[in-house]
Amino acid sequence: MSKTLFDKVWDAHVVHQIKEGPDVLFIDRHMIHEVTSPVAFLGLKNRNIKVLYPEKTFATADHNTPTLNQHLPVADPLSANQLAALEKNANEHGISYWGLGHQKNGIVHVVGPEYGITLPGATMVCGDSHTSTHGAFGAIAFGIGTSEVEMVLASQCIMQPKPKKMRITLNGKLQKGVTPKDVALFIISQLTTSGATGYFVEYAGEIFEQMTMEGRMTVCNLSIEMGARGGMIAPDQKTFDYIKDREFTPKGNDWDKAMAYWETLYTDSDAQFDKELTFDGSLIEPMITYGTNPGMGIGITNHIPSADTVEGGAATYQKSLEYMGYQEGDALLGKKIDYVFLGSCTNGRIEDFRAFSELVKGKQRAAHVTAWLVPGSHKVLEAIKAEGLYDILTAAGFELREPGCSACLAMNDDKIPAGKYAVSTSNRNFEGRQGPGSRTLLASPTVAAAAAVTGKVTDPRELMNA
Amino acid sequence: MAYDKFTVLNSTAVPLPIENVDTDQIIPARFLKATERKGFGDNLFRDWRYHQDGTPKEDFVLNQDTYRGKILVGGKNFGSGSSREHAAWAVYDYGFRCVISSFFADIFKNNCLNIGVLPVQVSPTFLEEIFAAIANDPNTEIEVNLAQQTVHLSSTGTTESFEINPYKKDNLQNGYDDIDYLLNLKDSIQEFAQKTPL
Repeated sequence: MSKTLFDKVWDAHVVHQIKEGPDVLFIDRHMIHEVTSPVAFLGLKNRNIKVLYPEKTFATADHNTPTLNQHLPVADPLSANQLAALEKNANEHGISYWGLGHQKNGIVHVVGPEYGITLPGATMVCGDSHTSTHGAFGAIAFGIGTSEVEMVLASQCIMQPKPKKMRITLNGKLQKGVTPKDVALFIISQLTTSGATGYFVEYAGEIFEQMTMEGRMTVCNLSIEMGARGGMIAPDQKTFDYIKDREFTPKGNDWDKAMAYWETLYTDSDAQFDKELTFDGSLIEPMITYGTNPGMGIGITNHIPSADTVEGGAATYQKSLEYMGYQEGDALLGKKIDYVFLGSCTNGRIEDFRAFSELVKGKQRAAHVTAWLVPGSHKVLEAIKAEGLYDILTAAGFELREPGCSACLAMNDDKIPAGKYAVSTSNRNFEGRQGPGSRTLLASPTVAAAAAVTGKVTDPRELMNA
Repeated sequence: MAYDKFTVLNSTAVPLPIENVDTDQIIPARFLKATERKGFGDNLFRDWRYHQDGTPKEDFVLNQDTYRGKILVGGKNFGSGSSREHAAWAVYDYGFRCVISSFFADIFKNNCLNIGVLPVQVSPTFLEEIFAAIANDPNTEIEVNLAQQTVHLSSTGTTESFEINPYKKDNLQNGYDDIDYLLNLKDSIQEFAQKTPL
């Protein structure tokens, strides 16, 4: 029978089928962090059981870690307590632990691929909704709750009803200044923030074939922002070249065996999806959001839509614009901004820092803009220095911070103040997401760079031509 | 973690007629720093419920004595965003046992089912009817019957049925736990692990 990529990977991991119930799904790789794991370990303790396969779980500290002076003790006692709990739990159960200051430390979804934890055809979960990132490698990867983290620790399995399948195809060629982030924000703007709920998405077509692995990660990362549990892209030579010889990828005979499996991972030509959508990638502009969910995005030269043209309730829409301090019909170009955040599991990789650096090279940060540049991992930080980007950024008036989730969710001290506007390369523009009262405009590293040097929302293509 | 069995719930309800209520509104990230599952109800809808100085916002529904009950009624696409189970814990810890909406985000819905909060998806028209009935009379009772999979609105007499996975229904009715189920499959799981390609 013809199968989709998703079917092939899912079906290869079903341990047990419950009649009229969820499938019991085997999990190949499990990542944990300090925020969503402590209660799961407490559950194991209360049941007096151990982690079944500690070598399949990897722990890194990222969500509430400071991005300055990581060599000092963490000042916030609650954060320090949570970080200590992760370390203690990992050590007690024999789990790899990459804590603060460890050379492999970084954001879960950045370090997973960096060290070859992420593999094609694998099932991968983490107590974090942006686990969908790893789908870029042709893995089934999705976020889970803490009860499910406990299930995976206890049994290496979770129970999930098989989701419906959607394919999103984009052909064409991206315009200058348009990045994978713009592609994702465009798709979400078309589907709305709940348009893919209940589905697992496969991204297909020339746009994704031409995209780098890091670009694919950015797109898959944002799948959850249209409600999809995850998104995936069929592995190709680019995928195999990326993962080869990384620390946790199979070696020798094991690599050959895995490759035999990986080469079967594509959607059969006559396989059926529950929903198919197609867009022309050539028409996408640099994108930016103007509201309080990631579906509220427009091409940067467009105006904020009026309530009667958007789906859903006008009251919710107007509440959102009121929070942002914007009006229907406003142009986004020229809106003053106060902060820029480059980082997160969405756009905290080396290619993102390259794109940002390329645009700000030879220019200066606008005097009134506070910019937080936070690499996704130590490995990214090292690359920034090795490639000379550090010097470009410093000359342009920017400072680098140490790795972590930072202002994406503002659990640490990196909070955008109330009422201030931030152009952010992260993934959510929810009310208060980046700090109580903060106002977020989601965009690509290129758009963020343009805003950082002009102090207002700016079409990066104008600066690129200069 | 064990939870109370869910059979029939008769209660007044708290209305929140806003769409796309995300998990950052249900519980902001800065309140996720506990290492135990307790006290999250205090910060449920924190930034809608309190000013930054900690004083209550009088116009928010949880601060109005008029609306009380074990059922929370929310607008379309309730619980979008993060996978934080803390959002479901906060709903439970505050005292809600059921959330009614016309559409739920996947992970939030799953998290609710795993901790004993029943997510009930109703039609958009019935949701409007429920909001209108509560606006008209905050003492309107709603009956949620898990065995029969029905929601009954006393003031209008309307009843609508809802869907739930039979396995999850059984769990909720009996207070069963997924982990006990999985631990009983341990031999099959270990056998399976031997032959996985990765």
